[in-house]
Amino acid sequence: MTELQTLQAYWWLLIAVIGALLVFLLFVQGGQSMLFCGATPEGRKLMVNSLGRKWELTFTTLVLFGGAFFASFPLFYSTSFGGAYWLWMLILLSFVLQAVSYEYRSKPGNIYGSGTFDAFLLFNGIAGCVLLGVAVGTLFFGAEFTVTKTNLLNPGAPVISSWAPTHGLEAIANWRCILLGVMLFFLARTQGALYFINNINDHKDFGISLRNRVLISGTVFAILFVGFMVVLMRVPGLRFVGGRFVEEQNIYLHNAFDMWPLSAMIVVGALMVLFGIYRSAFSSRYRYGIWWTGIGSVLVVIALLLLAGYADTAYMRSTIDPASSLTIANSSSSLFTLKTMAYVSIGVPFVLAYIVYVWYKMNRRPLTAAEVNADSHSY
Amino acid sequence: MDLLSTVDWSRAQFALTAMYHWLFVPLTIGLSLIVAIMETIYYRTGDERWKGLTKFWMTLFGINFAIGVATGLILEFEFGTNWSNYSWFVGDIFGAPLAIEGIFAFFLEATFVAVMFFGWKKVSPGFHLAATWLTAFGVALSAWWILVANAWMQYPVGMEFDPDQMRNVMTDFSAVALSPVAVNKFFHAVFSTWTLAGVFVAGVSAWMLWRKRNVEASRLSLRIASWVGLAGIFLTLWTGDGSAVNVAKVQPMKLAAMEGLYDGKVGQELVGFGFVNTDKRPGDSLPAIKAEISIPYGLSVLANHDPHSFVPGINDLIEGVSLTPQGDTVNTVSYAERIRMGRTAREALAEYGQARQAGDDAAAAAALKTVRENYRYFGYGYFDNPEDAVPPVAMTFYSFRVMVVTGGYLLLLFIALVFISYRKTSLLERSWLHWLCIISIPLVWICSQAGWVLAEVGRQPWTIQDLLPVQAAVSAIPADNVVLTFCLFAVLFTMLLAAEISIMLRYISRKSKTDIMA
Repeated sequence: MTELQTLQAYWWLLIAVIGALLVFLLFVQGGQSMLFCGATPEGRKLMVNSLGRKWELTFTTLVLFGGAFFASFPLFYSTSFGGAYWLWMLILLSFVLQAVSYEYRSKPGNIYGSGTFDAFLLFNGIAGCVLLGVAVGTLFFGAEFTVTKTNLLNPGAPVISSWAPTHGLEAIANWRCILLGVMLFFLARTQGALYFINNINDHKDFGISLRNRVLISGTVFAILFVGFMVVLMRVPGLRFVGGRFVEEQNIYLHNAFDMWPLSAMIVVGALMVLFGIYRSAFSSRYRYGIWWTGIGSVLVVIALLLLAGYADTAYMRSTIDPASSLTIANSSSSLFTLKTMAYVSIGVPFVLAYIVYVWYKMNRRPLTAAEVNADSHSY
Repeated sequence: MDLLSTVDWSRAQFALTAMYHWLFVPLTIGLSLIVAIMETIYYRTGDERWKGLTKFWMTLFGINFAIGVATGLILEFEFGTNWSNYSWFVGDIFGAPLAIEGIFAFFLEATFVAVMFFGWKKVSPGFHLAATWLTAFGVALSAWWILVANAWMQYPVGMEFDPDQMRNVMTDFSAVALSPVAVNKFFHAVFSTWTLAGVFVAGVSAWMLWRKRNVEASRLSLRIASWVGLAGIFLTLWTGDGSAVNVAKVQPMKLAAMEGLYDGKVGQELVGFGFVNTDKRPGDSLPAIKAEISIPYGLSVLANHDPHSFVPGINDLIEGVSLTPQGDTVNTVSYAERIRMGRTAREALAEYGQARQAGDDAAAAAALKTVRENYRYFGYGYFDNPEDAVPPVAMTFYSFRVMVVTGGYLLLLFIALVFISYRKTSLLERSWLHWLCIISIPLVWICSQAGWVLAEVGRQPWTIQDLLPVQAAVSAIPADNVVLTFCLFAVLFTMLLAAEISIMLRYISRKSKTDIMA
């Protein structure tokens, strides 16, 4: 492996880790999706204030996910964002609405009423998860795009990447991508309920029991996950062999066998997710399911993204022009930039350390309605 | 795809997002400093009144912070959604500052802002104060990296062209991160946020004084705002001077456009007052400015700190005139020649690709040599006429004057406020002073926006100076799609801005009726 290849693999790993952390932090969106499920106004206020202390971490991780892709794999950034225009715009729209809703929902003078901002949170909770899943689905299941770098030399039509004329809407109509999106939504919803169990003392105003929600959402997620894995292992993909792309049936299954430690990660991660769901659903006092399920989902997502990008696999396959497909080799930044950014990434553990420390300091004691009502800055 | 129409709407959408973003961000950066100062006083004195004051301004900070974050998200992703060619052509360099911004700055503010708002009873006072300062540091740090990225677009350094990948690659990170344009731009922008926040706090405090509510809290706030604002406006003017010198060196066309200057001379005057003749075109004999009142030697001093220096105009730059009394070369390549060189580089690049495919190393090397010799003006190859490389003169000209005039007014305002706060406190009861501060609130935003209009419109038509014009940077999206998202975001941002202003006004009004310092 050359130094460039090592750095490309390293940066794909970092992308996988950031993506996995984003999936974990989508518990915020999952929690938002429950705001109207029978909760009283008091219960909703408690939910919002619990999530409101964490929403920025999810938001920032999404920003970092985009920034890290831009820095390390700019051809993906250029092709996917400029191509699947409507898909990404809808994702951004849902997150913009979320960003203001916490701060504005209960403030006097917010013009549109707190119900509007709660509806925005609900929209982000559902659409944000599903659409992010659809966007990631284009990695696993391909998309209609071409990349012709020499177009830059044509002043009349200099754009190098082109996408299907529906610009991302076709991905929303792709059942495989939707399957991933809906699965992600139910995972987020499960994690949201687990987070509430961990972070809030009193759940009497939440309508349906949180533990029942964990069981229902967790079961739906588990079924969808099995379905997704079956679909994923059966789809064809492209591998870059001998200077050209070669189509390969069951490419992810082959990768799963060839990179068996990643398969083991998926199994271990899935078991942790199930354990977190099981303990939380059937024990009336257990509060730590969020950590089992969260860490488990991080492991699974890392492994899945590595299966998609390693072993010369096209992590985003062009379904109309195989030669345009993206691999970590043909879409990455230069050696110099990857190396520079690798030095920068040494700071990441310190960032994670202070996030964990602050999380611990702020979440030592579960949130109570009394605390929320006494807080002058409550949402 | 209607390329030009897509380009225009993509520019409009980016301008819309950036201008809305910059409505909120400067207040976030500047107010975070003022809040941190107030909390420091509370921490050092233990005086609970300062805690109340800190919380009052912190809440206003929070209302504003959220919408700044929201618009910032769109801005980052629009580089990909609307400027996909750009994202590939320079992503190797431009992406790095954005990623660093995310890793270090955004997480710093996202983590500690929660402690700031919700940690009063959960962490120690010292930890809370540290969180407040770290939030202030984090928002300034995020400004650093995005302004590094912006400065690099205007002054591309630390990179070389990779003909095999058809893109530019970074060769010197420190040259990118610490370029003089970036350093100056950062300080100019951040100091301007101190000014803006100073005016905001002074204006709100003045309103409470006018209503005779929370008089002590308002006087204390006004005093801090005056000092922060005065420091901010002085430093903004100082760095603004540096900015003008940088523009003269690296973007002389922007300087010429902001003066409406077509034919430069030694000892060039500065237009103090005048109207741009919109019929004027490069090379014709029409007057550029109507009803002109000029300041002798002004532009030579501003651009070069030398009253006898030569400042080139638009015609000079297009024609490649190069004159300075000192014998320094300002410009030696005419725009017609640049267009020829850009096209030569493009054709040589095509030949290089064909030679590589054919395995003809000698031909590839020869083509590459030609590419390297002409690449400096690669972007001009996309133009048909030299005039295509001239920015909109009127908008650049007027935005510069709006910025300077309002900035000058703010300097006088803060000098007066500092003086009044200590020596003439009786004036703090005068309605005219209250209203002066209140009407200054929209003025400081106009000043701030005008600065960015000058910076961004003045560098048109380039996304990357001399290398990539806007029409070659855009995504392959039909114009009607971009029109739709433009309208969507225009409506959304306007609705959210209305909500923000309404919430702020209601909060200020409601809280002013209670004892803020209790």
